[in-house]
Order: sequence, then structure tokens, then C-alpha cells
Amino acid sequence: MKAFAALYRELDATTSSLAKQAALQRYLRAAAPEDAAWAVYFLAGGKPRQLVPTKLLRLLAQAEAGLPEWLFDESYEAVGDLAETIALLLPPPTEQHDLGLAVWVEQHLLPLRKTPPEQLADTLRAQWRQLAPDERLVYFKLITGAFRVGVSKLQVTQALAAVGDIDPKRVAQRLMGYTHIGGQPSPTDYGGLIAPESDGEQNQKTSGQPYPFFLAHPFNEPVERFDALLGTPADWVVEWKWDGIRAQLVKRAGTVWLWSRGEELITERFPELATMGEALPDGTVLDGEIVVWRKDETSSEGAGKVQPFAELQRRIGRKTLGPKLLREIPVVLLAYDILEWQGNDLRALPQEERRALMDDLVAQVQHPQLSASPMLTGQGWQDLSRQREAARAMGVEGMMLKQRRAAYGVGRTKDVGTWWKWKIDPLSIDAVLIYAQRGHGRRASLYSDYTFAVWDGPPEQADRKLVPFAKAYSGLTDAEMNRVDAVIRKTTIESFGPVRSVKPTLVFELGFEGIAKSSRHKSGIAVRFPRMLRWREDKPVEEADTLGTLGALLPGSASEAP
Amino acid sequence: MNMHVPSTPVSFASRPDDLVVARPEGLYCPAGDFYIDPWRPVGRAVITHAHSDHARIGHGHYLAQTDSEGTLRTRLGADINLQTLPYGEAVEHKGVRISLHPAGHVLGSAQVRLEHGGRVWVASGDYKTEPDGTCVPFEPVPCDTFITESTFGLPIYRWPTQAQLNADINAWWQRNADEGRASVLLCYAFGKAQRILHGVDAGIGPIVVHGAVEPLNAVYRAAGVALPPTFRVSDPEVNPQMLKRALVLAPPSAQGTPWMKRFGNYADAFASGWMQLRGTRRRRGVDRGFVMSDHADWPGLQKAIAGTGAERVFVTHGSVAVLVRWLTENGLEAQGFKTEYGDEDVADRAEAAA
Repeated sequence: MKAFAALYRELDATTSSLAKQAALQRYLRAAAPEDAAWAVYFLAGGKPRQLVPTKLLRLLAQAEAGLPEWLFDESYEAVGDLAETIALLLPPPTEQHDLGLAVWVEQHLLPLRKTPPEQLADTLRAQWRQLAPDERLVYFKLITGAFRVGVSKLQVTQALAAVGDIDPKRVAQRLMGYTHIGGQPSPTDYGGLIAPESDGEQNQKTSGQPYPFFLAHPFNEPVERFDALLGTPADWVVEWKWDGIRAQLVKRAGTVWLWSRGEELITERFPELATMGEALPDGTVLDGEIVVWRKDETSSEGAGKVQPFAELQRRIGRKTLGPKLLREIPVVLLAYDILEWQGNDLRALPQEERRALMDDLVAQVQHPQLSASPMLTGQGWQDLSRQREAARAMGVEGMMLKQRRAAYGVGRTKDVGTWWKWKIDPLSIDAVLIYAQRGHGRRASLYSDYTFAVWDGPPEQADRKLVPFAKAYSGLTDAEMNRVDAVIRKTTIESFGPVRSVKPTLVFELGFEGIAKSSRHKSGIAVRFPRMLRWREDKPVEEADTLGTLGALLPGSASEAP
Repeated sequence: MNMHVPSTPVSFASRPDDLVVARPEGLYCPAGDFYIDPWRPVGRAVITHAHSDHARIGHGHYLAQTDSEGTLRTRLGADINLQTLPYGEAVEHKGVRISLHPAGHVLGSAQVRLEHGGRVWVASGDYKTEPDGTCVPFEPVPCDTFITESTFGLPIYRWPTQAQLNADINAWWQRNADEGRASVLLCYAFGKAQRILHGVDAGIGPIVVHGAVEPLNAVYRAAGVALPPTFRVSDPEVNPQMLKRALVLAPPSAQGTPWMKRFGNYADAFASGWMQLRGTRRRRGVDRGFVMSDHADWPGLQKAIAGTGAERVFVTHGSVAVLVRWLTENGLEAQGFKTEYGDEDVADRAEAAA
């Protein structure tokens, strides 16, 4: 318990992913397997059901601390977190213990749920007498079901992979179902996470491993040069570049695995795609894009259209997916490649042959959650370029160009063929820098992360204010950043820890890939991939853009047409 | 930060014969016609300690504890009209007997004892009850009326012992040194920096201090406080190689300035009582927060107040409303004094007061 509390404190204290990774590995290497089993459970997002009613905890803690209710409440107000408040208010421990996390969880915490109410107070008090303040924080977070610490499941996966010296993707598969509610991970379960790969796992027919993703390169040449550089469009498979989650759907031995490009296993996040995968024959691997696809209420077209990435974001990160959310935000897989068929690795086949096979499969399966990403044709590159202008209205990022004779490569290689992404120019707006935060790593003492705002009214409006709408930290050269840093220091209004508010003097042209309405943002608008295109030193802040000009960029907005 | 006001209103009213009353200039002794730590220029001022929110410029005459002379003259000017007094000795002014008693806050910090017409009042200034080895420890002074600070007047504030604190800082420093990176510890330059220097194990590595810290080290050394050798970044001994094992002490205002760039991939930490709370630790944006204050924690406040035997208590700067209500419910006659100590915004307040 002490070691786990120390790990919690360490993870909580730092914002560096390297430091977190080091702390995780250090803990896992040193911990007894039974303790590591529970640590992984909690860190990867597992939660026991609430063990003690919160109200009872408050009353008992108040009595134990010898405080009147108002003073307990005052303290809670100042701390802002119940578990932490109680941890701080209880009298210092009077007893010692050296029990590990597993013993605490299995013998002391989980049994609390079945402890009769009349015994609960004595049992809890006996536990509190043994726990040091650091441990209490973790303890109360666990029994109130509020345990959260800033590590992602992916980071836990990577730490386990490092400790077991195995592929992180393998660990991700083994972690499936590990954190389900009511789970009781044993030392054997933990051993299973970090064990060398078994024969079954290494067997291609039963393994859930995806293939390394083949990644595209940007292509920013003027269209006049396309013929010279690429040859005729007939040599290329041309598709829309979707703004969704790149994913591989693996179906083998009756089981479905869905992997994101970050090699994160996301099957549980998209149950409708897992169901769809069951309709595929064993030994099939599809590559494609997960997008939200919905019928447009304003149009009578039956097919529906892709929805902004912001919609997809509402589903990412949700632990529980209720039927309402699944109904409101339906996803499909827009498949564009097939990497395995009937258990055979197809990656060496030419693009066009894989594509034909895939089209056949999609047509055969006839599943509403599976579509083929359409292939685009045109009378030469100029024609395609004209078609590409519709990209923004369609909610896509541009086009993909894939050599018809190319094999499916590994990562960002170009040795067996090339995928190009031919993106449309970003949307842009002139915005005012209003907050600055210090960066990390190399930029640790520089104000390099900025919050940008636009005016909430036209210049003639006397009381107009700046409304923040985006954060950006890339796009400036080091020299520019140093100069901006100096201005920020000189124009600081207030400091809040690492953040400063500054007098509005700096205007930047911000570029972004997408824009959507958002109720979570003060401005009512969310932009995707914002970055600084250039520093508008020529522009006074009064001439920066407004919410009105920003809103006009929303898809479907009347003034959007060029 | 803790400005929560409980339901019962706090009384700030004084009685005609009170020995100390609140005036716009500061706490005032009508019988002796002088002020204690006034925030506006006055004729006569008794200064409890040399932190800038208590010792201000522009007074006609200063009375302060002997050990605070160096700091006061450095900060307020060498030519201030300063009279010093050792702990426990008394002077009489217009029939008021004034003496200074250890407050355990920083070097030369004092509680002010006033005796007049058979009544004894004690104004605490800022105080800390646990000894730390760099200044004379707090002594309870029996009195009828006690004026106490309340910076950390909530029961969530309970400090680790000085020994535990030293061990934690040493362990942090040692680990960073083993990993080959500098340990930058942000702390208030006067008091806290010297307490850290006095407590750390200087065998771990070299110690480098910011330019704001070294003059105060000199004052402490001159007062006989044992501090390990310290370097300034401009010293010839300081090079990138030695910085990899170094402990660096700097004031909080140095955080994020170009001065820090020289330390490369350093680990940083912040020493303050506010670090007791996870939220403040995270907002500070440092790798580590050490809970270290030169003010009394909640148990310290209770012990100090009880130790005076006072029946009447005035509460100043901090959690005034909370402490007044708590003391009232515990049978004391408690009320508040409005002061202007430590009224900077929260971030700076954490630097100045903690």
C-alpha cells in the first residue's frame, strides 16, 4: 500500500510522460505480483463498486477528527475533494502496518461492502489508525470509487510491455476485460500480462495482432505539376481523406479486435463495429476509417454523410456507452484496404487487387456498419482538383492518392509504393493571444503554449470582449517564439501558477483543419488541429477576427461558399 | 484561498480601554501612541519581523528585535531610525512597557508584549511553534489578550515534522543527483531558504543559490546560524558538470525565467505550506511540492493560543472568520482585526506568506 501510495503521488505530481513511464516501470519491477495485479487494475481504469456510502464516511470522519460540521465543510470547501479532505483531517495514525495493496484491497476494502452497518464504523476506524496520510488519500479514493490519476491505459500498456519485454500490442490484447467491474485480478492474471508470448499468441490464425499501419505522406505540389510528378490519374486509386479514426479490424478464430493507429485496442469503445466484425469470415483484416455517419436531417438524400470529428470525440474517452449515445452517434467503418483474407497476408499484392477483393467482400457482407470508401475518378488532375474543392462541404480533409501497383508498406516507408495525402488548405482566422503557458521539455522555461481569442462583436461595438476559442503551440520558429516569450513577460496582467494572462497585443493567423459547433467551449465553436500559420505583426488587435467571421466558416453556413 | 465566511458574523468592534485597536494605518496602541507593523507611514512603529508585508518604509522610528537589524537595514535603508531590543528586555514608552519575545517565524521575529495599567496584551506577528534551528523557538507569553495570525487557520493544515521535511528534501535531491540533474527548489528567499540550507545534507552535492538568497544567508551566518557553503551561478566553481548534482535555491519569482535555463533538464520543487493541498501543488506546475511553512499549522495555532492563557483573542490575516468562530465555540471571547498583511494575490501570497 505504501509503495502504491508513493506511485500515486509520483504520477500525480509530474506532467512529464517520460517521468510517469519511469515511475510505472519502477513500481511494477519492484512490486509483488499480487500487488502489481491490483495496481494495473486501478491504473488502467478498473473501479470497484462504491464500498461505503459517502454520507456515512463524512459523518464518521468528522467525528474522528473531532470537528463540528461547519468546520468540516469549510475544510472541504478549501480542498475541493472529499477523499483528500478526509485524508488530511483524520488524526495521525497510531499504529503501523506493512501490508501490500492486494491485502488491503482483498481483505480490508472489498469486504466493506458486506460489513453490517453496525460494525462498519469500528472497522473503518481500525483501518484509519493504520494508514499514513499519503496512503489515506489513495485509500479514500478507492473506497469512494473516485480513483483517477493522470496515466492513460496506453501508458500502462507500454510499462507492462517494457517490464515483460514484449510487444505492447500483445499486452493490449491481454488487458482486454482485465478491468471489468467486480474483477479480482490475481498474481496469475498479472503474470499472464507480462509473460513471453505463447504458441497460440504467436500463431497467426488465432492471434489478434494487427499489421503495422501504412502511413501517407503530404503532397503539396501545384496541380499543374501532377502529371509530371505522378503520371496519369489512371495509375492511382483516388479516395476522400476522411477525418476520423484510422483503424484495423481483425477477425480471427471467431474473435474481433479493433485497433487504432496508435496501436490501442479500441474494440470495447465501438461495440457496433465489433458486432459487424463477427459477420466477417475468420482470417480477415480490414484497414479503414471509423467515422460518425448519420442521415442529414436537412436533406432527403438517403445515404447520409460523415459528421465532424467533434462528434466522434464525444464517444472517445467514454467509459460506458449507453444505448442513447450509441443511437445518437452511430459509427461506420469506411474500409479502404484489405490486408488479410482467408488467413493469407495480402500486403504484397498490388493496391488495385487488394481493393477489388475488398469491394467484393463489402458487397457480400452487406452490413450497415461497413462501407467501402468510394473511389473517385476524373478527367485528369485538374478535374479531380475541382472535385476536391467540395471536400470542406463534405466534411473531409482532401484526397488520398494510392499507387495502383503499390504493395502495402510499413509505417512511413516509400520503398514498396506510396500513399499521398492531398489535403485542402487549412481554414484560417486572425486571433489574439490572451493566455500563455510555459511549455514542456525543451520549451520548459518558454511561454510556448497559447490560448487565442476572437472578438465577440464588430469593431463598432463599444463593449465587445475577447472570447477564447483555441489553444495552439506549434507553427512558430524558435526565434519567433523567443520574441513572443519576451512580449508575454512584458505584458503580463496576472499569473496563475504556470499560466499568465496578457494584455492583448499579439495577433496570429491560426490555421485549422475543421470547425464545428460545440457546447463545451465558451465560444460555442471547436476547431480541429489549430496551429499558428504566421505572426501578424502588421495587424492591430482591433482588426482581429470576430465570432461572426469564425461562425461563417462552419459547414452549412450561408457565407461559406467562395 | 481560504476566504470562506461561516454563518456567524465576526465582530471587529473595540472597547474604549483596549490596549490595541485597528486604525487605517495599522494596529495602534492608543496609550503609547505607536503602531505595530503598520502598513502606512507613521511616527513610531514596532516591527515584529522583516518580511515586507510587516516591515514597510517611511516610519519615523522603528523598534525591532536585535537579530532583525541586518535585514531591516538591507531592505528599508541603512539610515532608518532603528532602535533594537534583545528578546525579553523591556523598554517603557509613555507608560506602556514593551518587550519582544521569540515568535519562531524567521530570524529576529518577535511577538510584542504590551503591559499597561495592569493589563497584558501580546501581538503575535507571524509565528511558528515548531523549532527549526535557524531562529529562537516560539515561546508562549502569558497575557490577557492575544492577537494571533491565522494564515493557515483550517484543520487541513498540519505540518510534517522538521526532521521528516529534511529527510524528504534530502531524498529528492539525492535521487535527482543520482540521475544527473539539478534540483531546483523554489522557496521564499528570507527564512525558508536558510531553513532548508540548515536542514539539508550538504554531502549530497554542491549548493547554488539565487542572487536574492545569498545576502540573507550572510545575515543568518553573521547571527551565528550554521549554513553549509553556497555558490552563486557566477562563481568560477559553477559549471554544467557540477550543476548536475546541485541543489539550487531560488525565489518563486525565478520560476520560468531565463535564469533557470542554465540548469538544463532540472527537477523542480516548491516549498510552501500551501503545498499541503493537491490542487495547489498541481497549479504550481512543479515536479514536487514540499509542505513547509514558517507559519503555525492548525494544531500550532491552538497550542499557542491556549498557551497564553488569554481569555480574549483577536484574529488577524488568514482564516479570520473560521478561527473566530472556532474559538468562540470553545469558550473564548474572540473577534477579528482587519489588517493588510499578505494581501497580494494568491500566487504571490504563497510566496510571501508561506
